[in-house]
Amino acid sequence: MSQLPTFTSMKAEDGLRKALGMPRPDLIAEISASGLKGRGGAGFPTGVKWNFAAAAKADRKYVVCNADEGEPGTFKDRVILQDHADLVFEGMTIAGKAIGAKEGILFLRGEYTYLKTHLEEALARRREAKLLGKEILGQDFNFDIRIFMGSGAYICGEETALIECLEGFRGEPRNRPPFPVNTGFLDRPTVVNNVETLAWAACILQKGSDWFKSVGTEKSTGIKIFSVSGDCAKPGVYEFPLGITVKDLLQQVGGAGAQAVQMGGASGLCVPASEFGRQIAFEDIPTGGSVIVFGPQRDMLDVLHNFLEFFVDESCGQCTPCRLGNRKLLEGVEMLKAGACSMAYLQELCALGESMQLASKCGLGQSSPNAFLSVMKHFRAEFMGRTHGFVNA
Amino acid sequence: MSTPALQDPARRTPASQHSLGIKPPPAPEAIGGQVTLSIDGQEIKVPLGTTILEAATKMGIHIPTLCHHPDLCVAGVCRVCSVEVEGMRTLQAACAFPVTAPIKVKTHTQKVRTARRHIVDLLLSDHYGECYACRRNNNCELQSLAREHGVDFFRFGHPVKPAHEIDGSSYSVVRDLNKCVLCRRCVRTCIDLQEVGTIEVVGRSDRSHIKPFLDKPLGEVVCINCGQCINRCPTGALHAQDYTDEVWAAIDNPAKHVVIQTAPSPRAAIGECFGLPAGQALTFELNTALRRAGFDRVFDTNFSADLTIMEEGTELLLRLKKALLLREPAAFPQFTSCSPGWVKFLEHFYPEYIPNLSTAKSPQQMFGAVIKTYYAEKHGIDPKDIVTVALMPCSAKKFECNRPEMDSSGFKDVDYGLTTRELAKMIHEAGIDLPRMPKSDFDAPFGTATGSGVIFGATGGVMEAALRTVIELVTGKKVEDLFEHADIKPVRGFEGVRYVELPITEVGPVPEILAHLFPHWAFLKGQTLKLAVAHGTANAKKVMEDIKRGGPMSKCHFIEFMGCPGGCIGGGGQPIPTSPEIREARARAIYAEDSAYAVRKSHENPDIGRIYQEFLKEGPCGHRSHELLHTHYTVRGKYIE
Ligand SMILES: Cc1cc2nc3c(=O)[nH]c(=O)nc-3n(C[C@H](O)[C@H](O)[C@H](O)COP(=O)(O)O)c2cc1C
Ligand code: SF4
Ligand code: SF4
Ligand code: SF4
Ligand code: SF4
Ligand code: FES
Repeated sequence: MSQLPTFTSMKAEDGLRKALGMPRPDLIAEISASGLKGRGGAGFPTGVKWNFAAAAKADRKYVVCNADEGEPGTFKDRVILQDHADLVFEGMTIAGKAIGAKEGILFLRGEYTYLKTHLEEALARRREAKLLGKEILGQDFNFDIRIFMGSGAYICGEETALIECLEGFRGEPRNRPPFPVNTGFLDRPTVVNNVETLAWAACILQKGSDWFKSVGTEKSTGIKIFSVSGDCAKPGVYEFPLGITVKDLLQQVGGAGAQAVQMGGASGLCVPASEFGRQIAFEDIPTGGSVIVFGPQRDMLDVLHNFLEFFVDESCGQCTPCRLGNRKLLEGVEMLKAGACSMAYLQELCALGESMQLASKCGLGQSSPNAFLSVMKHFRAEFMGRTHGFVNA
Repeated sequence: MSTPALQDPARRTPASQHSLGIKPPPAPEAIGGQVTLSIDGQEIKVPLGTTILEAATKMGIHIPTLCHHPDLCVAGVCRVCSVEVEGMRTLQAACAFPVTAPIKVKTHTQKVRTARRHIVDLLLSDHYGECYACRRNNNCELQSLAREHGVDFFRFGHPVKPAHEIDGSSYSVVRDLNKCVLCRRCVRTCIDLQEVGTIEVVGRSDRSHIKPFLDKPLGEVVCINCGQCINRCPTGALHAQDYTDEVWAAIDNPAKHVVIQTAPSPRAAIGECFGLPAGQALTFELNTALRRAGFDRVFDTNFSADLTIMEEGTELLLRLKKALLLREPAAFPQFTSCSPGWVKFLEHFYPEYIPNLSTAKSPQQMFGAVIKTYYAEKHGIDPKDIVTVALMPCSAKKFECNRPEMDSSGFKDVDYGLTTRELAKMIHEAGIDLPRMPKSDFDAPFGTATGSGVIFGATGGVMEAALRTVIELVTGKKVEDLFEHADIKPVRGFEGVRYVELPITEVGPVPEILAHLFPHWAFLKGQTLKLAVAHGTANAKKVMEDIKRGGPMSKCHFIEFMGCPGGCIGGGGQPIPTSPEIREARARAIYAEDSAYAVRKSHENPDIGRIYQEFLKEGPCGHRSHELLHTHYTVRGKYIE
């Protein structure tokens, strides 16, 4: 039984049928009106993205569904693909119609290979039902979807690195601009959207933008799917309207009493108990949906150590700030743990973290210091208590 | 999976990064394809798609760079060139940011300065090396960055132990990854510029490093020794094998007769190592400097370049005779063989075309063989006491002189190949102020060289030299009657591939020197010689693929190939840095030197006439020539055991 009631209540096909009956500008206008923002983490308005790709002139265009789901603590896309694959494929088809693409590619995380047969079957069923392939639903619109298996690097979830992978190259982010909506897969305009974003797009077409906007905040409309894990009684996948406070969310998942929550995965923010009144929404605490709860027994330095090890492992190594900066932050945490980090050096590391946020080439390096900086901001007093003397690096 | 991966295996960086991929919007009505941006408060109008870095450079605003290189596609990896663009949350890489809207840029705000300083500090925290024990001391972009950014301590530490072993397995290129800053210029050079693809980035994060295929030593992979990667490395991580100690030891040994031949390209560039701007040849100053440094004789490689023309030109005529007169199969087009980088490229990637390579040795190797035979005999010196040194613009020449077959004199024909950089180092070490040396001539018996030899250094030069000789030998007319000042301009220039047709409308009598090989030239009358010139192995590859397809290039009679972009003047042993402007300046110096020669055609060189008369006897491509001046090649293939 699906843990996602809204998706379960949807009737596949209805959205697509409606979309095919609409002129392309109206279709994009409907998505724009809903206020849907990217569910992959960056929160870019989906209507705007589709509009760019629709406006770009090219012989071919592509729709890519990003199912690389590599952020530590997220597993919602897996559940969506397992239980609501049709909605996702329908969203891709609608996006294809909106921008004028004939081909969709599902970039599936290597670890999700076990889902592949299930997804291929869903695709075959859709082709049989004339929901994919030539002359979809009897209309003058062709669109098909293929599955591309990723091979396990976190960075390949970044959209331009993902495109490099699709082209057969080493998975490394490209320079932006140009953006994928202009120069993407095979240098053609390409829309890359998260699994959840595409599923919501299908729902919006079915139920209308007003229905979608009826929950959430003004700037963050609709429902968001969360992956909740860590020190709570009921970990799992949840639907909550955007704008929910951390406190309310914790209540529902049995996580009351937490000392901190990591919002948005390893690259997200560490929110201390004192700030649990804040809202989860793009204008306050943005998130791709990962919520990791830390009970009072956790040592936040261990948590940080863990995250930084992840980044030191997963940086593509292309640009200097990220390749070497994460290593320095990790060494800093090790020094803190050993009580061998001076106040002055910690200051240098925080400044370095800010430079990494500013000067790294892609979102990984730009956000990898987030956890370090927020933990240092909120828990510094506690760590410095552990400092034994002033040893400089 | 039906992914069209690697459609073009050479295109290893996305096209979007080659051209910056920005297609200007169809109707940039208001601005007519131009955009005005402001940098540090000053405005400038530039074509759409110009990068911030290019715009800043035009305005005289300096933005530091490390991974950017004017010859290579954009990488945007070092982030040293970060600048602030108004309205953008993060800093932007100036080298990789194409301007398509009227943006406002600031190049030295506090955020920018701090970030840049942090980047330099991080690079140094991963850089094992001491400047005073480094070949790139005072010519290193990392060192300059550290100075420019006022680095006065190692904020994030500094390695005290090497992390990588030095790879000295190649005869030509030494790799010291301890000094590598992962700018990837070498990778882009090898893959995109040269399309050889020997080296790649391997591993992720701070474990990533530059490695040859399958982690093998460089000496055991398809590296063609062109050294183009060395010329573009910003640090001391790549350098050429250094034989200066061995050469000094020979000079210091009174029992040894040490002779050096100097090629035109290093003479046109060595001044750059002494603070002169590019484009000033120091040929005759160098003669004096070399004698003062202790070399016993100084010869001009032009002499053997003329000899190469005689041999290679005759070989071409022989192939034409075979095909047109005897109606026997002959391998066409004939390929030049004087660029050892190109030769090894062919042996690896197109071994089935080895029969097309001219069997004539390169000028360097011909000279070595002649010195240890003809010269030794003439001057009564035991060849075992002669040490031959070659000053070359090239790192591949080091490999070439070590090829086992290069011993037709009975000894190693050329003992040491020195690059321009190595020789500059020796001259510095000897305390000689090269630019201020008085001029002096080359030594006999090879004192007269011709302009044709000089232009070997520039792309198209071998072709032009060969044509000057072939035209005159065949038509009996002066080249000057066909081309003004004997400058065959259609083959000059820097376009990647050039194609020329030369109709032979009349023929003359066969000159004496070739009379033993050709009864008459009638078989050439009415023929049109089809010729092509390609420089850089990426262009060579284009030509070879066209030949394989049976395209127009396969109809050619003679093709000049040079392994390096621009030919020898852009060789892997030349002074660092390099850029299109620098190579053009060097080429100008070479052509100027050519025009200054009294004798400009190889066959008119009296020393050449003499060596055929006194020593080689049977004329070009005769028995002795074949023994000493020709060679054979090795099928290598792409996969090496
Ligand atoms: C390091 C890194 C990893 C990412 N991984 C994912 C991912 O696994 N799934 C995803 O949907 N987006 C991921 N993103 C975000 C994508 O780059 C892109 O913004 C997103 O797919 C756009 O879809 P949306 O607009 O629907 O959110 C990642 C970004 C970065 C910087
Ligand atoms: S920020 Fe990190 S992951 Fe992104 S390009 Fe730079 S090194 Fe690669
Ligand atoms: S590579 Fe540059 S910075 Fe490094 S030791 Fe050599 S000169 Fe100094
Ligand atoms: S010497 Fe030439 S072929 Fe060898 S690695 Fe360098 S660029 Fe590539
Ligand atoms: S070897 Fe030189 S050119 Fe290559 S990545 Fe390292 S520093 Fe850059
Ligand atoms: S010079 Fe621009 S990123 Fe390296």
